Amino acid sequence: MSTLEQGSVVIRGVGIGRATTVGPVLRMPEPVADPVDRPSTLDVDAEQARAAASLAATAAQLRERGEAAGGTAAEVLDALAMMAEDPALAADVQHRTADGATAEYAIFAAMGAFREMLQSLGGYLGERAGDLDDVARRAIAHLQGLPTPGVPVSDTPFVLVARDLAPADTATLDLDLVLALVTTDGGPTSHTAILAREKGITAVVGAADAARLSDGDIVLVDAENGTVELDPAQERIDLALQRTQTLEAIRAQSSGPGRLADGHPMPLLANIGSADSAREAAARGAEGVGLFRTEVLFLAAESAPSVEQQQRHYAEAFAHFPGQKVVVRALDAGADKPLAFLTDQHEENPALGRRGLRALIAHEEVLRDQLTALARAAADSDAEVQVMAPMVSTAEEARWFRDLAHELGLPVAGVMVEVPSCAIMADHVVPAADFVSIGTNDLTQYVFAADRLLGTVAQFQDPWHPAVLRLIEQVGRAGAEHDVPVGICGEAAADPRLAVVLVGLGATSLSMSPSAIADVRAELAQHSLDDARRLAALAVSAESAEAARSAVADALIP
Amino acid sequence: MAERTLSVASAHGLHARPAAHFVKAVTDSGCTVELQKGERAVNAASILGVVSLGIEHGDEVTLRVAGDNAEAVLDQLSTFLEQDHDA
Repeated sequence: MSTLEQGSVVIRGVGIGRATTVGPVLRMPEPVADPVDRPSTLDVDAEQARAAASLAATAAQLRERGEAAGGTAAEVLDALAMMAEDPALAADVQHRTADGATAEYAIFAAMGAFREMLQSLGGYLGERAGDLDDVARRAIAHLQGLPTPGVPVSDTPFVLVARDLAPADTATLDLDLVLALVTTDGGPTSHTAILAREKGITAVVGAADAARLSDGDIVLVDAENGTVELDPAQERIDLALQRTQTLEAIRAQSSGPGRLADGHPMPLLANIGSADSAREAAARGAEGVGLFRTEVLFLAAESAPSVEQQQRHYAEAFAHFPGQKVVVRALDAGADKPLAFLTDQHEENPALGRRGLRALIAHEEVLRDQLTALARAAADSDAEVQVMAPMVSTAEEARWFRDLAHELGLPVAGVMVEVPSCAIMADHVVPAADFVSIGTNDLTQYVFAADRLLGTVAQFQDPWHPAVLRLIEQVGRAGAEHDVPVGICGEAAADPRLAVVLVGLGATSLSMSPSAIADVRAELAQHSLDDARRLAALAVSAESAEAARSAVADALIP
Repeated sequence: MAERTLSVASAHGLHARPAAHFVKAVTDSGCTVELQKGERAVNAASILGVVSLGIEHGDEVTLRVAGDNAEAVLDQLSTFLEQDHDA
């Protein structure tokens, strides 16, 4: 922490987006640890009374929250309350406490047994099995006098301060009340950062010192500078809000297709994960889709969905982009997105395991079904559908994928460049593909051998680093030489200044979270292709990510 | 004790939402109700027990009701199960 003249405390992290907001802090409670199975020191009656009281209190608390929330949330929370007061569960808990377990462990184990049973039923019920853990954790927190786990509840807008958000937390988060997100762990590619970018929420991630903030503290969250300021002075607040308004005005004026100051076109595409996000992307002015992730359709599935199911889902997304490009990424399973039917659960090091195209080569029938469904949906649609393979490492793999896609009726098939070998061998890989698309998140993770989801090495996850930019430059050069389009579909394209550098390195289209399109469009319009090349040369020759950033920033001062 | 065997009409079977409504109707009735599918019978006041039967559309189940107004409660619960709650 450092102190400004006004005496306020400034905490630093990595900002997501460019906006600034002010509001009161609400902390997300620390997760409740699993109880240990040790013999109870109380008598059986006392343990049973504790267990019963905590389950009753949990049910009451869930109902109260449900009534406050109303609508579907009320129904969901009411069903959770019924689980807490379930007579079969109560009987199991009584039985376990009678055998000498603590109330905590009895509830934990009984819920675990029911969860396994639900999971064995599979389907919808299997997916709800996590609800039981949620109920158990609430009851255990109550027993131990800890704050209720999960997203805090509030009627008024707040700045959420958390260690990091899990996908399950974000599902129950009422985004209308979240002014900003601040995390102590996690880097620019953590779940929190991705959510913030997708929804256009102001966020500062990896701000370790934010652990000191308490509920009710007033903070100024400045995403552009990556700072969280405690008890800001009024003039600082005014200044920050004014800057946000100026940014919004610039954004509002920018519209239409992406182009540079000299008129050179630069298509701005969207990264989407479902038909729903396709709708939002089209509304935000995306000129097509540069990355359609198809994992969502497969997640939580025990087996691959049928060709017909897939075809319907793809057709729905394609319908939003008549006459425009939609680049679909073949199923990218493995690492942080394991799928039961594709990935080996027991890899020591899944990011370096049989993931992406490697898993699809091993289960060719899954890939054939997906490509068939895509070709059928494409034939019925006006969108210009292209397909690309994830985690490609060699020119041979690129050719294999292109041949298979062509055979199954998809005439444009490319590869993602995210494994460094692919960038290093760009002069051979690029001509083996109809187009390439650089996934900067994974490329950065692999170049630095630093897990992108691990907060302790988050400082390496910076696509501004010349080690990453030089690889992109090689791919850009090979693309120009062989007349193969080079897209960027990692989070790097969402950073307006870095987007200019990427164009200077040879990118021919940029794909990003739909919420970033307006800012990137506005920035690109201020530079010619020559300017972009000059800025790119400065960034590439710098020593570090920091130095690359400041070299570009200095060159932009009029 | 009143007893009836019937086939479940809900298009997606007795999953979370209809199961919750069913269990609520059981608890509100004040009767002791047992629900059986195949060899397994569960306390119908237990949502975990009811969903664990994995009842699908068209499955045959048996309801057993004991207590005051057992016949009326059996009628009410049977009607519930014979309606399509996913429609």
